[in-house]
Amino acid sequence: MFETIDTSMIDWSRAQFALTAMYHWLFVPLTLGLAVVMGTMETLYVVTGKEFWKRTAQFWMKLFGINFAVGVATGLILEFEFGTNWSNYSWFVGDIFGAPLAIEGILAFFMEATFVAVMFFGWKKVSKGFHLASTWLTGLGATISAWWILVANAWMQHPVGMAFNPDTMRNEMVDFLAVAFSPVAVMKFLHTVLSSWVLGAVFVIGISAWYLLRKRETEFAVASIKVASYIGLFAALVTAGTGDKSAYQVAHVQPMKLAAMEGLYDGGYREPLTVVGSLKIPYMLSFLATHDTNGYVPGINDLLNGGYEQADGTVAISAEEKIARGKLAIEALGQYRQAKQAGDEAAAGISRRTLEENMPYFGYGYIKDPATLVPHVGLMFWSFRIMVGLGCYFILFFAVMLFLAYKKELARFSWLHHIALWSIPLAYIASQAGWIVAEVGRQPWTIQDMLPVNAAISRLEAGSVQTTFFIFLVMFTVLMIAEIGIMVKAIRKGPEHV
Amino acid sequence: MKKQIITIFQFYRDGFREMTWGRTLWWLILVKLFVIFVILKLFFFPSFLKGKTEQEKQEYVGTELIDRALEESKEIH
Repeated sequence: MFETIDTSMIDWSRAQFALTAMYHWLFVPLTLGLAVVMGTMETLYVVTGKEFWKRTAQFWMKLFGINFAVGVATGLILEFEFGTNWSNYSWFVGDIFGAPLAIEGILAFFMEATFVAVMFFGWKKVSKGFHLASTWLTGLGATISAWWILVANAWMQHPVGMAFNPDTMRNEMVDFLAVAFSPVAVMKFLHTVLSSWVLGAVFVIGISAWYLLRKRETEFAVASIKVASYIGLFAALVTAGTGDKSAYQVAHVQPMKLAAMEGLYDGGYREPLTVVGSLKIPYMLSFLATHDTNGYVPGINDLLNGGYEQADGTVAISAEEKIARGKLAIEALGQYRQAKQAGDEAAAGISRRTLEENMPYFGYGYIKDPATLVPHVGLMFWSFRIMVGLGCYFILFFAVMLFLAYKKELARFSWLHHIALWSIPLAYIASQAGWIVAEVGRQPWTIQDMLPVNAAISRLEAGSVQTTFFIFLVMFTVLMIAEIGIMVKAIRKGPEHV
Repeated sequence: MKKQIITIFQFYRDGFREMTWGRTLWWLILVKLFVIFVILKLFFFPSFLKGKTEQEKQEYVGTELIDRALEESKEIH
């Protein structure tokens, strides 16, 4: 009766989405980060009146423009994938996903199209103040776009402010503010945007260090490093703080993700935080997860077996029980639809109540093996450590750069310039590792507890997704080569030639 | 109003004319948009539920979501 979904179809669709999202994310953080750097430099120009700052701002704007041009519209491919590969998901999320994405699209188009043009074409045509405002508004437009995208993503991690309508088979928004200002969305936004500033600052310092290595543009390079170090240090510290808050939220709304991040199979009270191997910080995991050194942190086995006391005093149910309740919800949905078709309102009412009672476990009805509820532990464990480790390194990096800038010794140490230059890929690795933690950590869910990937996927042939996967791979590689080529050419020319 | 539109038009026109390195980027953007919207969207990424009415989409996704759960159960047994 049923044509079973090919598991390779699911894996190829996931791989394609991951490829597109990770490629898109190569551009976004640099756009957000450079926007702040160039805005600050232009502000210095307007405040001091020194042409030096105008020239400096224009150079970083040029690199911003290259990155913006290559990256623009790459995110749209993700929306194509939703409609083609993830059609059940697209329908099921309804306007919850559509509204933030529509706002993002309109805002991004109008703000960025208007102010980017003024920023690049308006130096001799508008006043200093108007130009400065346009530069900041370009960055603000990109940041607001990021807000709405992250609202949509946060909703998938922690769905709030909606109700499932079994008549339309869609989730309907019942509380816009709960969706738009969900604490998960707020923290995700701050963590993501501020970490993008870190990446932008590392990029500026790395490129400036290249000039110092070549003994070119020393004044420009030192000034750029100084400005970027201030921005980077501030952003890295706030990123660490918001990371701590995010981990606390994850412990409450996605405990399996936290357990996988820590490779914690059997949890308990007063849990230490594993740094690497047997190096552990006593009580730290309990403190991070519960803000109490004696707090209980469930491990993977605890989450699967249930039976432990949760923060709200209730006893956690097992994965098997959740699966049973999920199946009950789906069965009730089927009965509701049949009763509706038959015009039996009484039976429909009973089925709907059963559905609503078990709706929090709806997605578990598609899980055939509880082991599939566990994300890839190795990938999670190491991605998390790479992200946090590099985050700590960047704090030290910016502090050292700032210290040397004030000692006026920045130009002296060539070994430091090499480190700065090679820190650029490290910033990208940290940024991508963060997204791996966020997205691999919520597997197998497209929407946490509501819709797993095997239910969200369209009934397509794996071959068609494989074809587009390789088309993207080629296209993204070509674009990446183009970006790096144009960027390197612009950097070699240097700020004098703006 | 007409004067403002002309001023805005001239602003963009002059901006594009005076571009140096930006020309390459605009070509890159145009080629990319063509590939994304014309080739990829039309030939490789049609909407899976395209051609169905709202009612049919509800019906289709509803049946899919119920059947998928049954498929999983069937595979276990």
